[in-house]
Amino acid sequence: MLSTILGAAGDAAETEEELNPLIPHTAEIIISAVVFLLIFFLLKKIVIPMFEKAYAERTAAIEGGIEEAQAAQKEARAALEQYTAQLAGARQEAAAIREEAKEQGAQIIAELRAQAQAEAERITSTAHAQVEAERAQVLAQLKGEVGSMATALAGRIVGEVLDDSAAQKRTVERFIAELEESAN
Amino acid sequence: MTLASITFAGSESPPSPGPADFDLPAVFHIGEFGVTKPMLLVVLSGFLIVGLFARLARPAAVVPGRGQFAGELVYGFVRNGIARENIGSHDFMKFVPYLFTIFLFVLVNNFYGLVPFIQFPSMSHIGYPIAIAVMSWIVYNGAGIAKKGFVGYLKHETVPAGMKGPILLLLVPLEFLSNILLRPITLTLRLFATMFAGHLLLILFSLGGEYLLLHSENALRYPAGIVSILLAIAISFLEILIMFLQAYVFTLLSSMYIGEALADEH
Repeated sequence: MLSTILGAAGDAAETEEELNPLIPHTAEIIISAVVFLLIFFLLKKIVIPMFEKAYAERTAAIEGGIEEAQAAQKEARAALEQYTAQLAGARQEAAAIREEAKEQGAQIIAELRAQAQAEAERITSTAHAQVEAERAQVLAQLKGEVGSMATALAGRIVGEVLDDSAAQKRTVERFIAELEESAN
Repeated sequence: MTLASITFAGSESPPSPGPADFDLPAVFHIGEFGVTKPMLLVVLSGFLIVGLFARLARPAAVVPGRGQFAGELVYGFVRNGIARENIGSHDFMKFVPYLFTIFLFVLVNNFYGLVPFIQFPSMSHIGYPIAIAVMSWIVYNGAGIAKKGFVGYLKHETVPAGMKGPILLLLVPLEFLSNILLRPITLTLRLFATMFAGHLLLILFSLGGEYLLLHSENALRYPAGIVSILLAIAISFLEILIMFLQAYVFTLLSSMYIGEALADEH
C-alpha cells in the first residue's frame, strides 16, 4: 500500500478528477509539513518556555514555601522551648521568693513578738517603779501628816497646845518609828 | 461550499454522498496552483494554535489566571499525561514540543469538521495526516538510532527479547514490518479514515434528512427525514468525541513509539 501511495503521490496533484481518497495530493503533504513545522518551532520557542517557566517558578515557590514553613516551625519550637525554660525558671524563682518571704515573715513575727514582749516588760517594770515611787512618796507624806495629826489630836486630848518644838518633834518621830517597827 | 452546491443539486434527485464531496474546487488560484479550502484551513490552524497558546501562556504566572490555567491544562495533559507516561521522566522533555504540536495540530484540524461555516475536517484529506505520520516515523526512528546506533536500534526493534534460534527467521521480518514499515501507514489511515467516514456520515444524514423533508415524494418522508436529522445531530456529538480521541491517539501512539525506541529492554 505504501508503494501505491508513494507512487501515486507524484502526479496526484494534477489528477484531481481521479476520486480515490487514498491518493494524497503532494501539495497537501507539503503544506501540512510546513505548517506543522512552523507551529512546532513557534510553540517550542515561544509557548513552551513560558509554560515551563511558570512550572519552574511554581515549583520553586512551593519548595521555598515548604522550606520557609519548616524554618518557621523550627523557630517556633525554639521559642516554645525558650519560653518553657523561662517559665520553669520563673516558677522556681517564685517558689524561692515565696519561701524566703515565709521565712522573713516568720522572722518578722518572732522579732515583733520579742519586741512586744520587751516593751511589755519595760512598761510593766516602769509601772512597778512608778507605783513604788508613788507609794514611797505617799508614805513619806503620810508620815508627816500622821505626825502632825497625831500631835494635834494628842494636844486636844491633853488640853494643851503642844508647840512644834524640837522635843515634841523628836517624840513624834520616835513614836512613828516605833509604829513602823511594829508594823513591820 | 460543497454542502451548498450539493444541496442545490439535491433538490432534483436524492443525494449520494461519496468521495466526490471531499474533492472541493479551488477557492482561488495562484497561477496554475489552485488553493483549496483544507489548505486554507491548515494554514489558519497554525495561526489559531500559535496565537491562542502564545496568549494563554504569556502571563507565565506562578498563580495562573483562567486563560493560563486552561492552557496549562492542555499542555499538562500532553506533557505529563502522554509524554512523561510513555517516554519516561528522563528523556521526555525533548519530545514534548513535538507531541504538543501533533496534538494541537490534529485536534484543531479535526474540530474544523464541526465548526459552523467551516465544517470540513482537514484531516479527511489523506495528504495532511501523511505528513505528520512521516514526521513521527522520522522522530521515533531517529531517536532510537541516536541512542542505540543504527544496527543496535534495528536489533532492538526487530528481535524480541529472549527469542533465540530459527524462530527469529519468522519473527524478525514480522517485527520489522510492524514496528518499522506499517506504523506510519496505520497512523495515517486511522486518522484519515475516521475523519473521512465521520464527515461522510454527517453529509449523508444531514443532506438525506433535508431531501426527505423538502423534496421527496415518499410516503414516509417526514418520519424518516426527522430521524435522519436527529441522527445527524447525534453523530455530531459522537464526532466531537472521535475528533478529540483521534488527536489523543495519534499523540499517544507517537509517544509510545518514541518510548519503545528509547527503552532499554522490551
